[in-house]
Amino acid sequence: MSTVATSFEKANWGKRLLIAIPYAWLLVLFLAPFALVAGISLSTVRLGMPPFEPLTAWDGSILNLRLNFENFLYVLTDDTYLLAYLTSLKIAAISTAAMLLIAYPLAYGIASCAPSSRSLLVFLVIVPFWSSMLIRVYSWMSILRNDGLLNALLLKLGLIAEPLRILNTETAIYIGIIYTYLPFMVLPIYSNLSSADKTLIEAARDLGCSRISAFWRVTFPLSLPGVLAGCALVFIPVVGEFVIPDLLGGADTQMIGRAIWLEFFNNRDWPMAAAVTIVLMALLVVPIVYFQSRQSRERT
Amino acid sequence: MTKPSWFNRLSILFGFAFLYLPIVVLVIYSFNGSKLVTVWGGFSTQWYATVLSNPSIIEGAKVSFLVAAVSATAATILGTLAAVVMVRLRRFRGRALLNGMLLAPMVMPEVVMAVSMLLMFVTLGIDRGPLTITLAHTTFTLCFATVVLQSRLVELDPSLEEAARDLGCPPPKAFVSVALPNMVPAIVSAWLLSFTLSLDDLVISSFTTGPGASTLPMKIYSQIKFGVTPEINAISTIILGIVVLGLVAAQLVSRRSEQKASVA
Repeated sequence: MSTVATSFEKANWGKRLLIAIPYAWLLVLFLAPFALVAGISLSTVRLGMPPFEPLTAWDGSILNLRLNFENFLYVLTDDTYLLAYLTSLKIAAISTAAMLLIAYPLAYGIASCAPSSRSLLVFLVIVPFWSSMLIRVYSWMSILRNDGLLNALLLKLGLIAEPLRILNTETAIYIGIIYTYLPFMVLPIYSNLSSADKTLIEAARDLGCSRISAFWRVTFPLSLPGVLAGCALVFIPVVGEFVIPDLLGGADTQMIGRAIWLEFFNNRDWPMAAAVTIVLMALLVVPIVYFQSRQSRERT
Repeated sequence: MTKPSWFNRLSILFGFAFLYLPIVVLVIYSFNGSKLVTVWGGFSTQWYATVLSNPSIIEGAKVSFLVAAVSATAATILGTLAAVVMVRLRRFRGRALLNGMLLAPMVMPEVVMAVSMLLMFVTLGIDRGPLTITLAHTTFTLCFATVVLQSRLVELDPSLEEAARDLGCPPPKAFVSVALPNMVPAIVSAWLLSFTLSLDDLVISSFTTGPGASTLPMKIYSQIKFGVTPEINAISTIILGIVVLGLVAAQLVSRRSEQKASVA
């Protein structure tokens, strides 16, 4: 009896330790930092390191708590920040929609192939995702430049008289985002389509549905979970994207990820950057919670 | 969906042309003798020579590879623990929070994680450099590693481990000697995924590094900011080559072990 109890207790301690290790890591390096960002967003910028005032100060026996809401008031009323948030949301929404138009037929096409060639095609979708994003964005720079390949080609074909300005415009940002995030959209849709029950489509066809209406009435509605997963996987990170707007976009298109970067490195106003980050998180809370609940439902 | 129609073929063709054209252009122009993108100056490997004799690039590559190797190893170990916890321990207090913390970094904008980790390191008073980059990379790659490991662990047949336990093997030992060997392909791909994600990262590295330590993407980024040079095509092609080789190797490892599993 007692040996059973001790081994049970031992297993319990082992379990606790097992849970505690990843838990502690993520608490310290993932969750607690967010609390810090929230705290520092209420601080005041100062010279020195760290470049912000502490929130609390002892005045004799009195503990003073100074919460400065000026950063938030500024972020929420300043036109440049408001515009940056709206531009980021707009660019993310439009590029997510455009990506869906390219990714869905591709995923559908792959799912319609024989299983033996499917795995090769999926592998080919994954390769660009594994290769450096910076490099892939850079490759578009040399294509889209005024003296780049696309303009050279169009000039040679006589389609245009003088080079088009594409690099450093919003169009270039769209191209870059759609290109970079495409695999994230294709893979969830593909995995949904490839595990779909094909007898349902056969049944619809047997009952007189045309190929096209069978697709819209059976295949597409059933693939919506994959579509939504892909959209969430793309939309949320794109809103905060830095590299693509920085390298492909122009000075007139400000996205919020780049605004945070500039606030940090150029203005060195950390409390302001923290406030901008908190507002960004507030905008993304709904899609993130949706994504998480979906993912964990799928996994259980 | 028995046979791919012309529409299916066309969308596959278009999709892959879009995905691969820029990469092909990049590789071809890394061998261009001319400095201009639009002029073909004959086949040349001079840009590779320039890259390999650039001490700043080599230094950046060393930092990047070290950070990527250490953080990938840490993320894979932590990810294995997390996957076991999430798959095998169905009920414990705080499970939902752990699940949330494991999934969130996958979609969280990089800038957000970068800012928060920087502020954490500053608050803790840790000197910023390769160590802080490694800690940050371990944290953001951990979720990707866990997803890969978790999906493999779910597929694993529990009856083998049950048999080991019935024969008197304590559960931890049963896991290590029965389940773990079957997870080797997943462990390899989790490590490779973490490694490449770390190698690729610009934003989190830029925020969490200190003076002196620059990773390869940070060096490439500052060169790109100065303007397009064929040198970057050469670096890019080298990195692409390493990634593709790694991927093909991983694919072969998992194929072989699948064949072994199906034979056994």
